[in-house]
Amino acid sequence: MSEPLQPLLDLRQVTRSFGGAGAVTALAGIELSVASGDHVAITGPSGAGKSTMLNILGLLDRPSTGEYLFDGEPTSRLSERRRSTLRATQIGFVFQAFHLLPGRTVLENVSMAYLYGTVPRYERGRRARDALDRVGLSHRIGFQPGTLSGGERQRVAIARAVCTEPRLLLADEPTGNLDRANSEEILALFDELNADGLTLVTITHDQRVADRARRRVRIEQGRLTEPTA
Amino acid sequence: MSDRKWRPRPAIALPSRRRGAHYTVRDLLTESLNGVSAKPSRLVISVVGTLVGIGALVMTIGLGQTAAGQVATRFDSVAATHLEVQPATASGADGKDHPTASIPADALDRVTRLAGVEAAAALAKVSFEARITAVPVNDPSSTAAVPPPIVAVSGDLLAAVGGAVSGRMFDRGHEERVDRVAVLGAGAAQALGIENAASSPSIFIDEHAFTVVGILESSEIEPGLVDSVIVPLATAQRDLRAGPADTLALRIAVGAASTVSHQAPIALAPNAPDGFTAAAPPTGAELHGDVQGDLDLVFFMIGLITLVAGGLGIANVTMLSISERRSEIGLRRALGATRRQIAAQFMTESLVVGTLGGLIGAAVGVLTVVIVSLAQGWTPVLDLGLVLGSTVSGGLVGLAAGCFPAVRAARVEPADALRDS
Repeated sequence: MSEPLQPLLDLRQVTRSFGGAGAVTALAGIELSVASGDHVAITGPSGAGKSTMLNILGLLDRPSTGEYLFDGEPTSRLSERRRSTLRATQIGFVFQAFHLLPGRTVLENVSMAYLYGTVPRYERGRRARDALDRVGLSHRIGFQPGTLSGGERQRVAIARAVCTEPRLLLADEPTGNLDRANSEEILALFDELNADGLTLVTITHDQRVADRARRRVRIEQGRLTEPTA
Repeated sequence: MSDRKWRPRPAIALPSRRRGAHYTVRDLLTESLNGVSAKPSRLVISVVGTLVGIGALVMTIGLGQTAAGQVATRFDSVAATHLEVQPATASGADGKDHPTASIPADALDRVTRLAGVEAAAALAKVSFEARITAVPVNDPSSTAAVPPPIVAVSGDLLAAVGGAVSGRMFDRGHEERVDRVAVLGAGAAQALGIENAASSPSIFIDEHAFTVVGILESSEIEPGLVDSVIVPLATAQRDLRAGPADTLALRIAVGAASTVSHQAPIALAPNAPDGFTAAAPPTGAELHGDVQGDLDLVFFMIGLITLVAGGLGIANVTMLSISERRSEIGLRRALGATRRQIAAQFMTESLVVGTLGGLIGAAVGVLTVVIVSLAQGWTPVLDLGLVLGSTVSGGLVGLAAGCFPAVRAARVEPADALRDS
């Protein structure tokens, strides 16, 4: 394995609290750097602030204080429009609940990833097919998500997340709804993606998932408590 | 799995603002149409309100136009075969209109000699406030009723104004003998309690007994006669203080309208033909138009209220749809949609629903007009602008209804939406 490169993600004393007076502090002074090409697992009990951290890393939320640098650029100064562009082109998301649209085919679900990005319309179908081919679902492109197994649905979601060739893949409990065999398939896919240079940040309760990452950090009550190598 | 490598983007500067825009109008339309058609039941519910509103509007206005077309057609046929000659009027010192000439006693002889005149009758309204009863007894306890109007007639009334009489019409002999005979309009006969003229019943106009010889069931050109008591002009002049005739009703040959309307005033007053005017008789079109106008307004208001309700329905269903589709909104935001793009999609969905409602509503409205017209034997008259306009109106209603839900959708926080689902 190559040495980690320059930080792609850099959280500097990031806090996030919700509500006014008597606010709940979800993150309290988080310091975390993730190098390009790294694979980091964030673990911790429910309510510790894992999802809040993922939302900030994915530019779906803003820190209350502190700074988050994406590829060296402070994101606090970015406009809403520019943050959207970054999500569309640089960041992929994989969710526990898959979030596939019913009524749309597998191919259409994957192609949705191009809607708000920079890939022209005529390119989208071909690229989406390539991505589905890569996750081993080229024979399912015309299927509805409801007819697929859980593992297949998550692979469709991964194809959707990576078909735009993002630099960062954020996965929120990616195996939370899957059995052991399907989980293993997804983790193998993540290993492959990471080996190809994709930066991965995974939130998980599952120790087996965390063990596949190169780095593991634990968060409790909004603080990183035991970063482990 | 294949051996292809992923190609993460190289570590370069963030994409420029200009490059980040491939979300085209076609994408917006495709996504909106997919969103609308994802749940057919939801689509049907949201379309129905606009459909009913637009359908009612198109039907109301379409039937109004068709009815107006019918009146115009009838008016044309009346104008082609009937003329009314009346003394011209001028405003007097009292502010009222007064006739500037009077119809001469031999007017019927003069106008029937004109080429193209097929029948003529002279009419005079009797302004004398006479008490008209079917019995000679004056019952002081009876409720005073408004007596039917009396119209004095000379000449061939039935031929001149058309109509159907049960019994018979009085004739030239009655006029020459100045007989006290009367023909009752069907309305007047009913008011007087006379069912038929077979037994020659009498009516009493003031102290004078008149024998009822017939009942006028209908009249095409002078529908007012149906509510009147019709007596010979000479009798009315002798007994009921009637003046000279004030109207000449002429039936003319097709194509003779122009010639006769020019010649009749000259025949009546060769030295001062300007004293008379000749024109096609009013056909009740104005009254019909007024009634139709009132009906139009009622249906128009119903259509408008239904349309507003339809708009509220769209807004309501769209709001529900947003609640149902929170995770989709969250996903789209995660995939890079801006708030504006989310709002635009929901606005477009509402626009599509409204336009669809308008389109189907207009079709239903047109179909109704055509079916009603066929059933009535009318010629359907429809303005193409109305059909197009109503479809556009449906779209506008949808657009207006989608504003608030679209703003709500745009405000959905993606992190919350993805976590909630």
